[in-house]
Amino acid sequence: MSLTAAETTELLPAREVQLDRAVRVGLIGGLTAMFIVTSGMLETFDLRMIVDPILSLGYVTLMAAPFAVGYVAGKAPPVLEGYAAPSVGARNVQAGAIAGALTGAIYALYALIIHVLDFSSVFIKLTEQTKKIVTLDMGAGGVLILALVMAVSGAVGGAVHLLERRWKRAVLYSAFWVVMFGLLEVLVSQIAFVRRISAVKELLYGTDAGLTLIGAVIIGGLVFAAYYYLDGRVRAATRRAMALEGQQRRRFILISLGVAIVFLAVLPQILGPFLSEVLDLAGVFLLMALGLNIVVGFAGLLDLGYVAFFAVGAYTTAILTSPVSPKWSPELSFWTAIPFIILAAAAAGVMVGTPVLRLRGDYLAIVTLGFGEIARILFLSDALKPYFGGAQGMLLIPDIDIGPFTIDDSISFFYPIYAFVILFAYLSYALQDSRVGRAWMAMREDESVAEAMGVNIVAAKLWAFVIGAIFAAIGGALFAHKIGSVFPESFAILVSITVLVLIIVGGMGSVPGVTVGALALVALPELLREFAEFKFLFYGTLLIFMMLNRPEGFIPSRRRARELHLDEVEQDAWLAQAAEQDPAPAE
Amino acid sequence: MAQATTTARRRTRRLNPIDAFLWLIRIVAVVVILVGLTNSLTSGRLSAQQWRDLMVFGVSQGSVYALIALGYTLVYGVLKFINFAHGEVFMSSTMIGFFAADALARSGMWNDQPIVSLFIVLIVCMLTSTLVAITLERVAYRPLRGSPRLVPLITSIGASFFLQYTFAGLFGVGTRSWPQVEILQGSWQFLGFRIVRTQAVVILAALAMMALLYVFVERTRTGRAMRAVAEDQETAALMGIDVNRTIVVVFGVGGAMAGVAGFLWGLAFQTVFFFTGFLPGIKAFTAAVLGGIGNIAGAMVGGISLGIFEQVGPSAVLAGLGVEGFNQLKDVVAFTALVLVLIFRPSGILGERLSEERA
Repeated sequence: MSLTAAETTELLPAREVQLDRAVRVGLIGGLTAMFIVTSGMLETFDLRMIVDPILSLGYVTLMAAPFAVGYVAGKAPPVLEGYAAPSVGARNVQAGAIAGALTGAIYALYALIIHVLDFSSVFIKLTEQTKKIVTLDMGAGGVLILALVMAVSGAVGGAVHLLERRWKRAVLYSAFWVVMFGLLEVLVSQIAFVRRISAVKELLYGTDAGLTLIGAVIIGGLVFAAYYYLDGRVRAATRRAMALEGQQRRRFILISLGVAIVFLAVLPQILGPFLSEVLDLAGVFLLMALGLNIVVGFAGLLDLGYVAFFAVGAYTTAILTSPVSPKWSPELSFWTAIPFIILAAAAAGVMVGTPVLRLRGDYLAIVTLGFGEIARILFLSDALKPYFGGAQGMLLIPDIDIGPFTIDDSISFFYPIYAFVILFAYLSYALQDSRVGRAWMAMREDESVAEAMGVNIVAAKLWAFVIGAIFAAIGGALFAHKIGSVFPESFAILVSITVLVLIIVGGMGSVPGVTVGALALVALPELLREFAEFKFLFYGTLLIFMMLNRPEGFIPSRRRARELHLDEVEQDAWLAQAAEQDPAPAE
Repeated sequence: MAQATTTARRRTRRLNPIDAFLWLIRIVAVVVILVGLTNSLTSGRLSAQQWRDLMVFGVSQGSVYALIALGYTLVYGVLKFINFAHGEVFMSSTMIGFFAADALARSGMWNDQPIVSLFIVLIVCMLTSTLVAITLERVAYRPLRGSPRLVPLITSIGASFFLQYTFAGLFGVGTRSWPQVEILQGSWQFLGFRIVRTQAVVILAALAMMALLYVFVERTRTGRAMRAVAEDQETAALMGIDVNRTIVVVFGVGGAMAGVAGFLWGLAFQTVFFFTGFLPGIKAFTAAVLGGIGNIAGAMVGGISLGIFEQVGPSAVLAGLGVEGFNQLKDVVAFTALVLVLIFRPSGILGERLSEERA
């Protein structure tokens, strides 16, 4: 782009959607489509109907690839200072269509190749069934149809940018919620409330766990209307609530707390035993996530062996309460065991924390990972079998008694678990603003500066480890009581990673973020058990995606977000980007 | 200066209980290891021959760790970040190498032309892992350069799981087994050591690769560029070094070494599945820290010592202490070694080679 001197004083011409970028994302889309086919996702997902006779989850996933690349390709580059804003138009659709068509072309080529040649000895998921799905069971014609639909899907993805913001959100969210409702039939059918008016359920869902066409239209329409109407109003209402002062503010907080408590109290009764079970598990993970949030989110210490503390809690309660504990069984109740669990966890926290006090952040990750593995192997080993039962684990852990009530099924376990969740969430908030909390944040931002300012780094680190350990140990103890037994295999490294994913997706250092993250990322995979083989693939992708695009998480803590998007860094990036795309005009 | 010493003194006073605790751990560790060693050496439970077998096995295992550790050390030296997914880079080469070896074995070439086919498979392994490592750098790590330290580390954890489950998705979760190499069956005698031939090949190949890498880093222009970028990226850029390209080379070389490791793993241990990279990956990082991170010779020393600790340690120390089922505790020994090294000598056996300000 060459510019005359006169023009440089005006706004520079808008940076338009670039078509060569569309080609690049189109190639990525094609690779993604190939991966969806080859990894067996297509076949597994095809078993699940979204809109009953027409659309399966498999095809939704396959079509989501060109849609996504079309959306990305059609998106105008960010408006920089000094440039005019680009106007939307045919170029967005064109870029989307190019990306989608390229995805479709690669897909078609690949589909034909695997249809003719047999790779099933290498790629074991390329079964006959997959080949059928790939071609719509119609041979080359089917492939062509799918490729065309992909091109259209890409164009639609690009065309989304033509919509005004309010429309765009409403359209995208209604599509998203139709898919979600299609997936979560079990959620609707389990809820007692709906069971009583089963006509609604029968209207929405077909026999095969997917939405009916009418159901899809109804849900899409409702969500669309809701987003279109509520756009901006929710935020305005929140702002008004936040602005309340004095008496009014106190009353508002009391009322919302009351509503929340009543809601939590009746929730398991409405949901029924199966969904309560799912929520219980999510609650246990939430306890761990709140603890890890203190260690990683507040103090910035990456602990990858966090599951060890969970195990310590579970085994301590097992030894103290189970009548068949191998070495010594005092048969305490859960409540009398709690102080000992806390002591054991604190001791474990100090044990792990002390040797790593002076290590650099990334060494810490590996050492804690090592500690996690040591703990698991020791619990599993024959050497400590007389104490912890080795591979056979520990059995007959009793139920929890609260006065006259016995907590023994998934519905009643909901209450103690979430009581602890509320307690720990409250503690997290309290700690965040306390002296040690401020020390953690200072340490997270810059350890040497914090130390120079008089923060006691040693104490701050040890407190983070100890408190994190206690949270996880209580979670572990509740888990042990709920399951009634403890096995070393429950404490694999994957649990630590899962908890890490929860807090990163929700937002490190943000209590509401962690809560939502845990509920969504533990409960959803539990409801979609049939796709369990793709769970960790999804988690891994999510971690990379979040770090690249939104390192502060979906519901960020304000301070943390500011750290991650330092103004200076953004300024530099801006300069670099501008220089890269437009070699500076003369002067 | 005077002020600095007073703060230092005040700090040591404040750290005292912690120091005391660490000294306690040090003393206990030394006593436990000495007691265990004397007990098992005097008990005569294992013959001298068996000890030597364990040593050789440890050295060959350690050579594989050392090759993987090079990838960690190179990347850490330049970017100051642990590429957690490096174990998966290693796994990818073993997995793809398996398919190459399997195809050759089916065609009969594996037995007819063993040297040629081994060479082909080696190239396939190296290409695969180099490609995976470079792609990782381009897609996941480059956009994050300059962001807070935890961010790329967490990304690499994500990448690690992404790669594991991608391989599980593509090739299935079952275990695959490399074909045996006829000419490498049997063993050689060497100075009273009995060395299984595959192990000998593993050790020699690893040593050769190390030497090559050492020459590459110390003697070539690109190697000098790598060292310059490790020292100070901005200055290196000002001196006309293409930093991005150099970093790609670092990842590529680390990947190629992991490829050799994957190849040797296939020869020596044969089995591979999608989780194969995880433990060797962590242990290789341990080895890198053990030898002194950022230090190429350190990776070698650290890898081989870790291999020996892990093979000999359970029998030598744990058995002497009367621990039951001590053979299950191999990994515990390896990780304990890591913790102990970090307590005793945080900069590793040969010391770190990192520029002062970043260390």
